[in-house]
Formats: sequence, C-alpha cells, structure tokens
Amino acid sequence: MTATESRVADAVTRAPGWLARLGGSGGAGRRPRGDWPWAYLMIAPTGLGLAVFYLWPVVQTVYFSFTEWGAFGGHTWVGFANYTTLFQDPAVGQALRNTFVYSGLVLLGVPLSIVLAVLLNTPKLRGVSVYRTLYFLPVVTMPAAVAMLWRWIYNGDYGLLNYGLSLFGVDGPYWVSDGRVVLYAMAVVGVWTLIGYNAVIFLAGLQGIPQHYYEAAAIDGAGRVRQFFSITLPLLSPSIFFVTVLTVIGSLQMFDLIYMMMDRGNPALTDNRTIVYLFYEAAFVDNRRGYAACIAVVLLAVILTLTVVQFRLQKKWVHYE
Amino acid sequence: MSRSRLWPVHLVLAIGAAAMVAPFFWEFLTSVQSFGESTRIPPTFVPSWEWSNYGRVFDSLPFGRQFLNTVLMTAGRTLAQLVFCALAGYAFARLRFPGRGALFVVFLSVLMVPSQLFLIPQYQIVSSLGWLNTLAALIVPGMFSAFGTFLLRQFFLGLPNDIEEAARIDGANPLRIFWHVMLPLARPGLLALGILTVLWSWNDLMWPLVVNTSPESMTLSAGLATLQGEHLTEYPVLMAGSLMATLPVIVIFVVAQKHLIQGIAFTGSK
Repeated sequence: MTATESRVADAVTRAPGWLARLGGSGGAGRRPRGDWPWAYLMIAPTGLGLAVFYLWPVVQTVYFSFTEWGAFGGHTWVGFANYTTLFQDPAVGQALRNTFVYSGLVLLGVPLSIVLAVLLNTPKLRGVSVYRTLYFLPVVTMPAAVAMLWRWIYNGDYGLLNYGLSLFGVDGPYWVSDGRVVLYAMAVVGVWTLIGYNAVIFLAGLQGIPQHYYEAAAIDGAGRVRQFFSITLPLLSPSIFFVTVLTVIGSLQMFDLIYMMMDRGNPALTDNRTIVYLFYEAAFVDNRRGYAACIAVVLLAVILTLTVVQFRLQKKWVHYE
Repeated sequence: MSRSRLWPVHLVLAIGAAAMVAPFFWEFLTSVQSFGESTRIPPTFVPSWEWSNYGRVFDSLPFGRQFLNTVLMTAGRTLAQLVFCALAGYAFARLRFPGRGALFVVFLSVLMVPSQLFLIPQYQIVSSLGWLNTLAALIVPGMFSAFGTFLLRQFFLGLPNDIEEAARIDGANPLRIFWHVMLPLARPGLLALGILTVLWSWNDLMWPLVVNTSPESMTLSAGLATLQGEHLTEYPVLMAGSLMATLPVIVIFVVAQKHLIQGIAFTGSK
C-alpha cells in the first residue's frame, strides 16, 4: 500500500537462493495430494482480494494510459497520444530530474546507517536498545506529521534552523519556498527518517558475521579500520545491496513530504515536483486520469529498469558466502 | 574492548540520538507556546504552557472522529491481513496443490509494482460501489497483502514439522491443524506483521486523502493536511495536532518494538 511497504517488499526478491526454492521445499513434499481443496480455500480470500484490488488494476492502468478522460467520466482510446505528450512535457522531465536528485541525496544517508549499525554492534556496549528506540522514533512517526514538524524548523522567519545559523552569522534561506534549496531540505528529512530503519537491517547483517574472522584478522595484525574495510564491508555487501535497492525504490515514490511541506501556492512548487506528485495532481486534482496512468506506467518502467541495473551491477561488488 | 574505551562510541551515538530526538522536543515545546511566543526571535525555550492549543485542534477539526476513523481503519486492515495472510501463507508453505509455484509468483509480482499503478482503478471500484467517504473505502483494499502472505509463508517454513505430522495422523484436516496447532506457534510472525501493518495503515496518506474528502470521514494524516491549510502560520496549534496524531503509534512502538525490529530484520535476512 505505502511506499514503505513496497520498499520492504520489493527487496525480498533479492535473494537468488529463495527464488530457486519457490517450487518445492518446506516439507510440503510429504503432504498428501488430497490437501488441494483446502489449500485453494485458504488462499482464496487474499487471492481474490489481490486479483480485484491489485492485479486487475495494473492491467487497467496500462489500458488507461492509452485513453483520454472526459469531464464526466467516460474515456476514449487515443493510442500513444499520452506517451507522446509525456515525453515532450517539460514538467515530466523536470519532475524526473527532481526525483533522481532527491533519491541520490537520500542514498547518501546509507553510509551513515552503516556507521550507526557498526557503532551499535560494538562489543560490550550498554544501552543499545535505548539508542535503537531513539533512532527509530522518526521511522515510526506519521510522515505527514514529520513533514509539518520540519516545515516549522525550516521556517524562514521564525524557524529553529535559521535561528541556529544566525548565531554563526549566517542568514539562512527560506528552506521550503526557495527553489534552489528545497529539494536538499526535503532530502535531509528523508535521510533523517531512514537512518534508524536502515541501521536495523545492517545490524542484523553485522550480527551474522562470525566473530572469529575478526579474531583471525587481529592476530594477523589488522587494525580496526583495516578490519572494517576487509571484513565488515565485503560481508555486509548483501545487506548494503538490499538497503540500496529499497532506498532507491522508496525515494523514487516520494510524495508525503512534498505534499505536506509545500502548499499549492508555494512559488517553488512547480519546479520541484516529484514524479509521484505529478501523478497525484494529474489523477486527482486535474482529472486527467489517462495521462496520470501514463505517468504511473513510466514510473514503473523507471523503477524496474533501475532495479534490473542494480541486480546486474551487484555481481561486481556483492559477496554472497 | 575495555569499558573505558567505549566513551567515544557513546559520544557519537548520543550526538546522533540528540539529532533524532531534538525535533520532537521542539515540537512539544512549540505546542505549548502562545502564538506570540512562537513568532519571537530568539525562540522561546521556556513556554507559557498554553495547553489550550490542544483544545483548538478540536475546534478546527473533528479530531475525535478522525482519530476514531484512523483507529478503525488500522484495526480493520490489520485484523483482516493477519487472518487472510496467515491462511494463505500457511497454504503456500505447508500444503501441496497444483499451480502452487505459479500462484506464488503471481502474488509476488504485486510486490514489485509501485502503488500508483493500483490507485486509479481502486478509486474507480470504491467510487462505483458508493464507498467514497466511508470506512469501507479506507479498509477494504488494505485487507489483502502480498507482502504479509510472503512474510508469514517464510515464517511457517521455519516451523518444525513433527507436531503437525502428529495432528495429521490423528486425522485433523488442514484448517484445524492450521488453527489449533500452527497459528499459536506462529505468534512471533503474526506480531511482526501486525505491528508493521498498524504502522503503515496509521501513517498512510495518499489513499485516505483521495477517497475520503469530507472532514467527518478523514483519517488523521489527511486531517493534518486540512489543519495546515487552516492554520498556516499558527505553528503551536499545528504542532499540538501532529503530536496528538503521532502519539498512539509511538506508544505502540515503544511497547512492541521487539517485534517490529524482528520483522524488519527478518525481511532483510531473506
């Protein structure tokens, strides 16, 4: 449903091991064949729900992307007209650029999460669960509320940030209505909400690294830094890959932040819209649903392409044991 | 490493933690400032405790009603997902039937698609059923989850076989085995899915925003957007509203964080 959900979910497809296990396993092989009516019965509620509300809608959206919608609901087939318009629409090009910039900036937060996880994984460290709770607060907080809170901190006249900067003699900009900085301002919030989440995944990865690797490296005289680059990073690479794929997919769908932080009257909004914001406007504000469907299909294509590219690239740097 | 060498680690972690918590602290302080205090330079760090800001949220919004809508939406989606996903996850993990592999791939394909691909047709369905501005619009499409099915399937795959075998020899049918034997064993998996679903439902914005536009039928996240439109510069009221909207999930998180963390770590570990 939400971006987070698909973030988590998308990545499950990562592990090649489990795709191979799809058909069999689980001890099911020993079950009698007479189970099948029960099996269909148990799958039916989710299966029918997914078919009606998820699978068929994808087909419909693809179909809608070839139609134009009248003011009173009907739609007519227009072939590739939406796609032609879309590829010439400067707003779409701009929105794609904004979305990529935002995603790229949010990715810069991934190394921060690795550092955090490594620190939390320090042997004999006390208070880990307290730290984890604190770093997780932004993750569980409603994005609409997070956006509102940061909008206040970013306020150009009375915001805490600009007050802090003024103490150092810096005259801070109007973070949310200045087109030159707003994407960066939103990316900071994006990183802020993701650090704890990604660190938990990295922490699980770190705990899977056998301690004796480090002991052996220490005997060979490798220092902490050397151990980090020669043992921790390579062995953590599957988690890094997983988190990167998730972060890209999630940040490409950024909507809540921009919707809550920038009003429709904000002068910087037009030039800083993300692709999903454009989709929302077309579908539910301007009632151009055919065009909106077209945007959604293009977004799907972008996400799939980027994911496939990342899977290709992983062979070069991800170590599976 | 000796205890004494841990202090630099604590220092860095504490600075980071402060960056996580300070915005919330400021949110609270602002929520009890008067309007005048909120627009003062330097900022007011000792507020005059204007608790009336919280009351004003209720004057501008049907906050109680929206709170109830959000609770019902969250509860409805979560309970339905727990039951439906557990049933399907169990069948995929433990039963044998024709087309299992293919069906599972179909389920998983839903995970790969961004939610924007579903929204327009979902809206059409809900609107043609006359469900706009009702609880049904908020709950029904969220009752089914490919992610939940996948999560619980993985969980069931990890459970031991022998208890189930025993029940089977006693002649129990798969549904009975599922209900009486496997479901109790799957508690940790159910809790993980439950808390993830609670979080996502409570915080969901775009879908509730689109289907329920009358104030009485909105959820809190959409309500906050209206509040913002009304009190554009009155940050004390806005902060009071967003704190109240956020608090329940934070409480749930603090109580059940073990299961949430396990759920997230589990999805990360294949």
